[in-house]
Amino acid sequence: MIKEMVCVSCPIGCMLTVELNDQNEVLSVKGNTCKRGEQYAIDECTNPVRMLTSTVKVNGGKLPVVPVKTAKPIPKGKMFDCMQVINSTVVDAPVKMGDVLIQDICGTGIDIIATNEN
Amino acid sequence: MLKYDLVVIGGGPAGMAAALRARECGVQKIIILERAATLGGILEQCIHTGFGLHYFGEELSGPEYAYRFIEELKKTDIEVKVDTMVTDILSDNVVVATNNTDGILQIQATAIILAMGCRERPRGALDMPGSRAAGVMTAGTAQKYVNIDGYMPGKKIVILGSGDIGLIMARRMTLEGAKVEMVCELMPYSGGLTRNIVQCLDDLGIPLKLSCTVVKTHGLERLEGVTIANVDEYRRPIPGTEQYVECDTLLLSVGLIPENELTRMAGIEIDPITNGAIVDEYRQTSRPGIFACGNVLQVHDLVDYVTQESQIAGEGAAKYILSKKEANNADNTIRVKAESGVRYVVPQNINRSTDKDVKIYFRVADVYKDTSVVVTCGDEVIYKRKKRKLAPGEMENVAIKLDDIAKLSGNELTVKLEV
Repeated sequence: MIKEMVCVSCPIGCMLTVELNDQNEVLSVKGNTCKRGEQYAIDECTNPVRMLTSTVKVNGGKLPVVPVKTAKPIPKGKMFDCMQVINSTVVDAPVKMGDVLIQDICGTGIDIIATNEN
Repeated sequence: MLKYDLVVIGGGPAGMAAALRARECGVQKIIILERAATLGGILEQCIHTGFGLHYFGEELSGPEYAYRFIEELKKTDIEVKVDTMVTDILSDNVVVATNNTDGILQIQATAIILAMGCRERPRGALDMPGSRAAGVMTAGTAQKYVNIDGYMPGKKIVILGSGDIGLIMARRMTLEGAKVEMVCELMPYSGGLTRNIVQCLDDLGIPLKLSCTVVKTHGLERLEGVTIANVDEYRRPIPGTEQYVECDTLLLSVGLIPENELTRMAGIEIDPITNGAIVDEYRQTSRPGIFACGNVLQVHDLVDYVTQESQIAGEGAAKYILSKKEANNADNTIRVKAESGVRYVVPQNINRSTDKDVKIYFRVADVYKDTSVVVTCGDEVIYKRKKRKLAPGEMENVAIKLDDIAKLSGNELTVKLEV
């Protein structure tokens, strides 16, 4: 299978063409102009991850919500599952910067932490 | 009248970094005046990550980036007045401000730093026919609704303009359960960062329609849909390409305008391209002792560069305050000009007797491949470097060495592109 993608490792944005076999293993990367591009293509095809940011409802805070993020990038395919958990969570004020608001979200082993005070 | 060495107008990333640097350089009495209820500026609602990669070497969210500066400020005796609106700058650098507790304040400043940021180009600037139905708003307004107020402003969304805020909101609204139908971009290329195109649109299967615009909005009370059309090379809608798209919300991400009302009232010279003040290498404006930095000076893509620019302004203000340095005479000024392919430069002026290397920031007019950035003084080439790709969405810079500035033969530097 052939996959096309834009490398986002730097602003040049090379068009990458990635050749994969049936086991989703990378056979070749073309179009990259540096080593980072090749690694980006391999990561994107084998284990794409993303930082997820959102808000969590707060009871009794100055504002109705507090911004949060995943402590580390999570698998791209789990973003919407994680959003469901985040949107069904309500925490009590006060919330401090860096507080863990949800532990081990969706079995990823990664926590959801507050990125502001409230 | 209150007296301060330095009054900083705006408590966003620019104002905070400028005030902190001025303090480090030895300025004693500093006050920051902020219109909103908290410090942090627009970063407070930019909850996505990607801030701080250059400055801190980590990927922070907007509030986290702001928090680091807010915490630094707390360690100093820099005063902060929030909920305070500056309404005028009088002669002799007197700042007029107002708030609920003090009434009207007059502050005598030795130096002033303008750090008011920018605002989004609104619907009224677009000549878009249709009724004033609810549901048409700037992407930043929607961002505030969702991220600060915890309120979703719509379910079926069309976004006009592929600026970064629009792209970020495409992802944010999708994650919150809305259906983002498409992003329409008037130009044949996106104005946003490639990373945002990939991670906010491609990841979620949201189409980006280039050379396409909204020609009409439909609905009386609430937006019911928009008519989109392709545009020709002169950005005029092509008859026959119209298409109706049902939606209840239209987000506009069609450019940012530096918020320079105060700057104009103060009689400061404005660059017609950046819509910000004309400044020298320390970001001093045409009025002695008044400096400008951050998005009020030029719209940046990255807050990291706002911080760096504001530190330069903070340093400049400190030099002015501590040495009572008079404005440079015109004979000593080297003008920096933008030519062929370069839209603008900041700073526009450099003092020949400057004491440091100067980075000239600029944006290009179009997407260019395998082009050289060249800086010349008359026939002499001061700087030349090949670039694989240049795009209007990414701010570029060239560094000019102190030695080179001192020995320039003419009074004009030109920054241009050469194939």
